Amino acid sequence: MAYTDDAAHHGPTSFFTRYIWSQDHKVIAVQYTLVAIFVGLVGVVLSNLMRLQLGFPGHFTFIDANRYYQFVTMHGMIMVIYLLTALFLGGFGNYLIPLMVGARDMVFPYLNMLSFWVYFLSVLVLLSSFFVPGGPTGAGWTLYPPQAILRGTPGYEWGIILMLVSLLIFIVAATMGGLNYVTTVLQARTEGMTLMRMPLAVWGIFMATILALLAFPALFVSGLMMLLDRTLGTSFFMPAIVSLGQQLNYKGGSPLLFQHLFWFFGHPEVYIVALPAFGIVSDLISVHSRKSIFGYRTMVWAILAIGVLSVVVWAHHMFVSGMNPYFGFFFATTTLIIAIPTAIKVYNWVITLWRGDIHFSVPMLFAIAFVSTFVIGGLTGLFLGNVSVDIPLSNTYFVVAHFHMVMGVSPILVVFGGIYHWYPKVTGRMLNDTLGHIHFWVTFVGTYAIFFPMHYLGILGMPRRYYAYDNYAFIPESAHLMNAYISVAAFIVAAAQLLFIFNLAWSVRHGRLAGSNPWRAASLEWQTPQTPPVHGNWGPEQPVVHRWAYAYSVPGASEDFIAQNAPPDAGGAEPEPHASRGAVA
Amino acid sequence: MAIAIALVIIVVASVLFHFVSPWWATPLASNWKQMDDTLTITLVITGVFFVIINLFVAYIVWRYRHREGARAHYQPENSKLELWLIGGTTLGVIALLAPGLFVYAEYVRPPGDAMVLEVVGQQWQWGFRFPGQGGQLGTSDARFVTAANPLGVNPDDPRGQDDIIIAGNEVHLPLNRPVKVLLRSKDVLHDFYVPPFRARMNMVPGMVTSFWFTPTKAGTYEILCAQLCGVGHYNMRGKVVVEDAAAFDAWLRRQPTFALTMLKTPAPPATAGVSGAPAGADTLVEQGRALAQSKGCVGCHSIDGTVGVGPSWKGLYGSTGTFADGSSAKVDDAYLKTEITDPQARLVKGFGPLMPKMPLSEEEVSALVAYIRANGAGGAATQVGAASGAAAK
Amino acid sequence: MNANLVYRASGDSERRSGPGPGDVGRQHARRAAASIGLWVFMGVVSSLFGLFIAAYAMRMDSPDWHAVSLPWQVWMSTALLAAGSAVMLVAARAARDGRFTMAHRALRFGGLAAAAFVASQLWAWQALLAIHVMPANNPAGSFFYLLTAMHGLHVLGGLVGWAVAMHAARGSARATLRIVLCARYWHFLLAVWLVLLAALNWLTPELVRFICGRG
Repeated sequence: MAYTDDAAHHGPTSFFTRYIWSQDHKVIAVQYTLVAIFVGLVGVVLSNLMRLQLGFPGHFTFIDANRYYQFVTMHGMIMVIYLLTALFLGGFGNYLIPLMVGARDMVFPYLNMLSFWVYFLSVLVLLSSFFVPGGPTGAGWTLYPPQAILRGTPGYEWGIILMLVSLLIFIVAATMGGLNYVTTVLQARTEGMTLMRMPLAVWGIFMATILALLAFPALFVSGLMMLLDRTLGTSFFMPAIVSLGQQLNYKGGSPLLFQHLFWFFGHPEVYIVALPAFGIVSDLISVHSRKSIFGYRTMVWAILAIGVLSVVVWAHHMFVSGMNPYFGFFFATTTLIIAIPTAIKVYNWVITLWRGDIHFSVPMLFAIAFVSTFVIGGLTGLFLGNVSVDIPLSNTYFVVAHFHMVMGVSPILVVFGGIYHWYPKVTGRMLNDTLGHIHFWVTFVGTYAIFFPMHYLGILGMPRRYYAYDNYAFIPESAHLMNAYISVAAFIVAAAQLLFIFNLAWSVRHGRLAGSNPWRAASLEWQTPQTPPVHGNWGPEQPVVHRWAYAYSVPGASEDFIAQNAPPDAGGAEPEPHASRGAVA
Repeated sequence: MAIAIALVIIVVASVLFHFVSPWWATPLASNWKQMDDTLTITLVITGVFFVIINLFVAYIVWRYRHREGARAHYQPENSKLELWLIGGTTLGVIALLAPGLFVYAEYVRPPGDAMVLEVVGQQWQWGFRFPGQGGQLGTSDARFVTAANPLGVNPDDPRGQDDIIIAGNEVHLPLNRPVKVLLRSKDVLHDFYVPPFRARMNMVPGMVTSFWFTPTKAGTYEILCAQLCGVGHYNMRGKVVVEDAAAFDAWLRRQPTFALTMLKTPAPPATAGVSGAPAGADTLVEQGRALAQSKGCVGCHSIDGTVGVGPSWKGLYGSTGTFADGSSAKVDDAYLKTEITDPQARLVKGFGPLMPKMPLSEEEVSALVAYIRANGAGGAATQVGAASGAAAK
Repeated sequence: MNANLVYRASGDSERRSGPGPGDVGRQHARRAAASIGLWVFMGVVSSLFGLFIAAYAMRMDSPDWHAVSLPWQVWMSTALLAAGSAVMLVAARAARDGRFTMAHRALRFGGLAAAAFVASQLWAWQALLAIHVMPANNPAGSFFYLLTAMHGLHVLGGLVGWAVAMHAARGSARATLRIVLCARYWHFLLAVWLVLLAALNWLTPELVRFICGRG
């Protein structure tokens, strides 16, 4: 009901106010998405460079050890923070939240606009580290001190400083955005849209935003303190050190303190990426199987439980860090507990498909692929969360395979599925179906081929973050061959993404016209009077909602879906226990 | 349809891969069989889940694919089913966690009669120390580190005088005796990882961490650093030799005590593989060798030809060096002196500007130059030890 | 807010529901949104300072720790911040009661108090530097500078909001909203300051070890 109220919020009229300095959440969402995709492509190139070295060591002399570690670090940081977090929260969150809750825009549109430009600035600062003396930091995306700021690690001159500054700027942007997403969900839902009638996509992004708001400060604290250690010579994290023959001036600091702070952020971070994916995929599965999501209430509670629990599992990243060993008992237990609500979600996705009416659209293919890859990614997490099983596997390729499956493969599959699904709403046209299928198959099969075998290299004992593996007797020649095959698969998957980029650009002009609701979906974003929606989204009157977002294949209804804002007598009310207690906004 | 087939193929291929692939954990060489067992339990339980869920999804998407006239069923909730699923999952989780925690409980409690081994990590090599007859390690600190005292043992602590110092990259251990490994680092985080032992732990500067294990199989095992420690991380090699008690005692007796290493300045640390007492301590070349160890040169420069972070010293002397700006010069005394004392002045082609400026006296520089010359072109490898750790190609 | 502007912008001038009950509802919602937004932001800042204090406590447990006695200017800072808070309380009450001149005057003094606080902080820094407690050479000193700097930055941010509030048309609903929010933020910063002060003054390594069960 509330609309945004800034004096500046007249309808935008000039090119600049409509597309550049826009305060419209839909434009801002597209801006975030384009920048995130661009920086993600940089991340893909970096990963291919890494795979060139790992698959064909010594063949590419321009990739020396310094450069390799710089590629590793920038690839990781770009993908986790500047692609996934920005895309799910700034991209999907900005676009979907107001539309899905029936609002005209975010509650603080000026702040929203600022959040994008501050994000953009953080990306510029990050990328500038490629061009400074010494190049970008090669400290690993986890940036552990002391090595991150010492000679012996590439980028200790300028790269690490720019990285830390960029992160601090990003956190400011994320906070600005986060304030919008949370307040809009709490405050700007249209009449009849109770919290328990919101689509799961909104719940996922909402919980992720709360996590982001509370957890990013931990990265801020640790990043700022490391920056001071580097620039002012403080000893927050730096103990007495003899570095490459020289006694340094630091003393008394604790490297473990950094790790606790970093992972207190770092673990919620993976759920900041995963929860929106969970929410979005629930919607994709539901729409494309014409079936209400199974166990909506449980799904909501699972999202909340995962969010809350994610704050007490962080030290499972530190089982072999040298921290107090008795912490291991606690964190292994909480980690395995968090598996339970996560498993529930998997079951509910599968049960949703059961007896559904499954259409093999490109979004549905990606959603099914998500379930499969998330299952294996989540299951390998059980190995690593169980402290004594983790001990031999820590810092090996088993960990790399696990986190790529749960962070790099499954959420990215949801990103693709979501884009194929909502592209018609954003542009009014469909993405090309043939290209979509090719893109899907190469990506799904290819990423599986890359990361499944990698688990075995980890069990063998190959450590991660190694530039080369020459002359280690315990590593057979076949493992080197496997690495070469993995690299080839990686190049093919990377090339397939170009198809996607091309499809995005081409379909804006040449895609099949979509109409307002090509997928015949029930949620509110598909019920806008215009497609693409105009500024203000709904026309003179905001919609009034009479049911939940999952009224599909309701017995007795003439159509196999009932829109959220269809009149009350159309039926399709949510199951009794969570029927709204009065339609209060 | 295709997706259903794909999922089935994925399951079949994955299971086949598991049984056919040659890559599995290295043969166990320690007492931690329970870790392997818990891994197996986890694999079986998760494997079963993996197969069932994927096959079930494959079945569902085939069976319930869209057909004309068919409509989806409407069943938004089923609390009973959900409760069963939650209950079953909880049991599964407990079945996984319980054995893991039991094993961990043993891991955090080393046996009282364990012998002690201290491992000291630095960029990019290992050092070791055993308590001597007194049974206690002397205290240590970064500020005690000198060329003669690379492990930073406190020279004023009487308990440290009889400590046995191994400054090379190879350490021996007796078969079947539990050992508590104390871990220290002089600079950054490292991790003492020997895959066949399974047990390991990070080394954190400013503190002492530990773990314990019992070697149960004789053999030579590679040490790998498993915590990113800078650009030489992948090349921080070492060896653990597990042998019977008699052989171990004999080896240990040949190693110098801390007191002995402090007497001869700069005393050459015993290089692994050199039998008998350390060679004559006063030759310039020996001095150079010792300095190369203690100053950390060996972390970047090998002597067997392997190119690491820096050029190898094998055959370096007398060759023609090329610089990043395209100019070149013959590698002689003057060249080496400049490179050592002012490494950033001229960048050697193909290498990054990583070499630190080391505080070295004239004498020390001459010693290093002599040592490098001793590894010169065509010169017979007088150096037998595996000081740089790299196995000869 | 003129609802017509929004309708025209969306290109649909068919129906409009002009001023009336809907309008008041919209203002209500706008107030609620800004208020919620500020509460959420305060939550974020609380998380930030909570983590800083956790880091402070953990770092304390190190042999090289020796406490730094706080310069007397810190107590003056506290008094200034408390005074600012009190004055802002007056401003908020006055604004709600419709006494706009009083509200505006109190608002001005609230801002001045905050600015004076920042000045007194810099003075405290100067005092420490004079006795050679530098950011780098003493971990307790490092934390003092860091924590006060972070708090001071948030005060400066508040002053930006204050400047915007000062410019709002006197007596408008917007002005009232902004004064109330500024006041709330001032109280919050005072609370944060008191917690920081307690930590800097009374948290000791012994207490930390006791809490962590290693006393």
